[in-house]
Amino acid sequence: MAEQKKTYRVLIGKPGLDGHDRGAKFIARALRDAGFEVVYTGIRRTPEEIAAAAVQEDVSAVGLSLLSGAHMSLFPAVVKALKNSGAGDIPVLGGGVIPDEDIALLKEAGINAVYTPGTPVDKIIGAFRAACETQKSGRN
Amino acid sequence: MEKHPAHIDWEKELAKNLNRFPERKEKFTNHGGEEVPRLALPDKIDDAYVENIGFPGQYPYTRGVQPTMYRGRFWTMRQYAGFSTAAESNKRYRYLLEQGTTGLSIAFDLPTQIGYDSDHQMAAGEVGKVGVAIDSLADMEILFDQIPLDKVSTSMTINAPAAILLAMYVAVGEQQGIESSKLKGTIQNDILKEYVARGTYIFPPKPSLRLITDIFKWCTEHTPDFNTISISGYHIREAGSTAVQEVAFTLANGITYVQAALDAGLELDNFAPRLSFFFNASSDILEEVSKFRAARRLWARIMKERFNAQKPSSRMLRFHTQTAGYTLTAQQIDNNIVRVALQALSAVLGGTQSLHTNSRDEALALPTEDSVRTALRTQQVIAHESGVASSVDPLAGSYFIEQLTDRIEAQASELIAKIDKAGGVVPAIEDGFIQRQIENSAYEYQQEIEKGERIIVGVNEFKIEEKTKPSLLRVDPEVEKAQVQSLKELRQRRDNRKVEEALANLSECALSSSNLMPEILAAVKTYATLGEICQVLRKVFGEYRG
Amino acid sequence: MISEQLLRGLREHDPRGIARAISLVEENDPLADEILSSIDDSLVDQAMVLGITGPPGAGKSTLTDRIISKYRSQGSRVGVIAVDPSSPISGGAILGDRIRMMGHALDKDVVVRSMATRGRLGGLCAAAGAAVRILAGSGCSVIIIETVGVGQSEMDIIRLADITALVLAPGLGDDIQAMKAGLLEVADILIVNKADCAGAETLAMDMECIAREGGNKKNTTQVCMTTASEGKGIDELLAAIETVDASHRESGERRTRREKAYDLEVLDWAIEMIKPSIIEKIENLGHARKGAPRLLASKLLGQNNLG
Ligand SMILES: Nc1nc2c(ncn2[C@@H]2O[C@H](COP(=O)(O)OP(=O)(O)OP(=O)(O)O)[C@@H](O)[C@H]2O)c(=O)[nH]1
Ligand SMILES: [Mg+2]
Repeated sequence: MAEQKKTYRVLIGKPGLDGHDRGAKFIARALRDAGFEVVYTGIRRTPEEIAAAAVQEDVSAVGLSLLSGAHMSLFPAVVKALKNSGAGDIPVLGGGVIPDEDIALLKEAGINAVYTPGTPVDKIIGAFRAACETQKSGRN
Repeated sequence: MEKHPAHIDWEKELAKNLNRFPERKEKFTNHGGEEVPRLALPDKIDDAYVENIGFPGQYPYTRGVQPTMYRGRFWTMRQYAGFSTAAESNKRYRYLLEQGTTGLSIAFDLPTQIGYDSDHQMAAGEVGKVGVAIDSLADMEILFDQIPLDKVSTSMTINAPAAILLAMYVAVGEQQGIESSKLKGTIQNDILKEYVARGTYIFPPKPSLRLITDIFKWCTEHTPDFNTISISGYHIREAGSTAVQEVAFTLANGITYVQAALDAGLELDNFAPRLSFFFNASSDILEEVSKFRAARRLWARIMKERFNAQKPSSRMLRFHTQTAGYTLTAQQIDNNIVRVALQALSAVLGGTQSLHTNSRDEALALPTEDSVRTALRTQQVIAHESGVASSVDPLAGSYFIEQLTDRIEAQASELIAKIDKAGGVVPAIEDGFIQRQIENSAYEYQQEIEKGERIIVGVNEFKIEEKTKPSLLRVDPEVEKAQVQSLKELRQRRDNRKVEEALANLSECALSSSNLMPEILAAVKTYATLGEICQVLRKVFGEYRG
Repeated sequence: MISEQLLRGLREHDPRGIARAISLVEENDPLADEILSSIDDSLVDQAMVLGITGPPGAGKSTLTDRIISKYRSQGSRVGVIAVDPSSPISGGAILGDRIRMMGHALDKDVVVRSMATRGRLGGLCAAAGAAVRILAGSGCSVIIIETVGVGQSEMDIIRLADITALVLAPGLGDDIQAMKAGLLEVADILIVNKADCAGAETLAMDMECIAREGGNKKNTTQVCMTTASEGKGIDELLAAIETVDASHRESGERRTRREKAYDLEVLDWAIEMIKPSIIEKIENLGHARKGAPRLLASKLLGQNNLG
């Protein structure tokens, strides 16, 4: 029987110039295999482009991956761009090579959660699911 | 028993070689004072042995590209580094040179690698982050201030804008009064792997290949001692490929460059000796050793059989190695020192020409000075204490190693044949064949870790609570502001009429089929910026969208 | 009231409103009726719906990206529905067509929406048809549907289009042979993309032949050569689209297709609507699995007063 479970839509983006997309692609596939519809933006996008795509695709969460060390400016820039497009309710999750002291600052800047290398993928999928549920229920 | 003729040939070669390049020591001995053989050989040397394994310094180079390997000279210990601004990097390079280093390896920041000036909107937040920011010749002058370019060999990790950085290097040399023919070094200049693995592309494949062959041609005339390309499997492996895929895709890229250069009318034996390679050393020691040996043999055969290369140096696969960044863990980071040591050992057992060892904290941030030192020490321990550098290709003849070498070569050949059938590397990139192969391997590998089928010590087994945070190096955000400011000043200071003129000439040249190097060099000398030059080329060539 | 807000958003071309509206119909939300009935039918009538199909990797998205640019330079507002298959195992999907169209991300007059097939047979057609209406209602005068020409459900949705272009590329060899039969029937325009690659000329000649052969049915089939990655041949392609459109309008083909598509959509929606209740009934039957399934099915439908 066809499952009637909710299908969540999420967007995985790579802001900035970093071309290392191994992690982003892995997460995208893992999310797909967990039943998500995943819009992938490809590498080298501006925060504004990512936010615009997230709005048009009506996703319930945005995941960002970055390894170049530019996360402190680029992650908050995506949050801001979403707010500017009236989509401040879409949660942003981040991942990459990110020192602990930055994680606290990123959370203050509105990033929902930050994952560093070695985090089990199930935990990340769970976080996306929870973020999507919250976003969807806040809608109506 | 009569000696095989190939054996006699080799002994002659060796004698000549020893005459010109004496070994590091008169006698290589173990702890007990017993002599370590230069080259262990099987009891019986037959045709099959000669054909497949052979002698070091002789076709098919399975055992290495020089007859005495590390008994003559250790591999070059080359640590990749770049520090935010040209001035700071210059300080570090001069320190390294005072310590006796002769090889510099330059890391550029991402805007530089992608052809954006530091004040471009895409550069925001990235300036000086993963390497040094170079906007114009002015920055390059600072980078090499008081470093005599005829005394060092400089390796530059630069691809899409390689021609521009090379031109700047030549221009700095000229200012120092050094002829371009005296310059030594390597530019990475390997665009094909950028499309599949690393992402710092600018232009579509066709004009990119033209830039590369223009460089080949120009360099044979002007910088004969420069390695014009470093064909890189490193990043392909980092993106998640298997060892076999790393060899196959790298050599297939190599084939594409050779073919492009031939099509552009270059003489094979003129440019082929300047091709160099760059591989990854990952954790499976025996597979890695076999991989290096297989790659060497396969390339030699490709160059001989497919391209009919005549010069021995055209058939030799010389390579740089870096330990595998992707295997480093953010957990229990001291474990990384051990990983790096094992990986470095495999590179040395595999006969690398130069080696970069990663630092223990690289999974967290830029490495600190302490951890960079430990990484270098790791190489020195292997060189001076492990004994593996005393004998050439010491693992040869092991059933395991030889069988694995054969298998990797066969499987890589098969994959190359598939790419040939798809019309070559460029079509295989364009329809995503290569990317998909890498992605699938990456996905499987990661799934094995997630399911606990593959143990990563400290990550999915043998975990501990970690309290103390290692001290980390980070880039001051002021660096970006300062760089943008000095760029602004440069744009006011220089003769903008000359810049415009040079850029117009470049544009015209790009539309024609003339060699781009002279016009790029001319533009660079007017202090036209990297971003401006790339913009001219973007207009003519278009941009590649991944 | 949320739908009030939504409807205003739609009218005002608010990206969020449009995106929401499409989601609501895709999820079969009760609000869907209200949204769809608010749409100005004349806008839907006027819009041109262009279907772009072809084998994986032929360059459909790259081509779509270039076509968007051309229509934008003429001042048209453009909508895109990019369909990718869902994984039959997990039900999830990776929607990657957008990557090639990111250059338009900041253009408010380009609305790109990715959709997964979600294993729906007709359902996709229903949802995509509704999305076309929403895009048209939000002022898009050109609507492009990109879909991989492999499976039946992907093919079905092409029937929503006024004009269908089949994209082929050299080097895809056997695939093309296999597809020839079915796809050429639906294609108004045959695009040989990757004209910069070896074999393009030959392929184009092949296609010319086939287009001529099929002449007995309709001899309007056009063959175009493009190099999407370099933006070459796009003007000619647009001219061909225009020609086909004009001839379809004149011959009444456009109206016929619209009518067929309309009926198809009604059917798909009807199936979509009764499906949940039937599924529920089957699940609640607690029946012993005995007898021919067909008998049970007609019994269920009888209860549904639909048999
Ligand atoms: N050489 C060449 N490559 C092209 C051309 N058009 C597209 N490509 C390349 O072909 C690859 C696939 O292009 P897409 O536009 O994603 O193809 P698609 O048909 O949408 O693919 P799917 O959506 O995956 O079925 C990309 O790498 C493009 O850059 C062309 O005219 N010439
Ligand atoms: Mg596509």
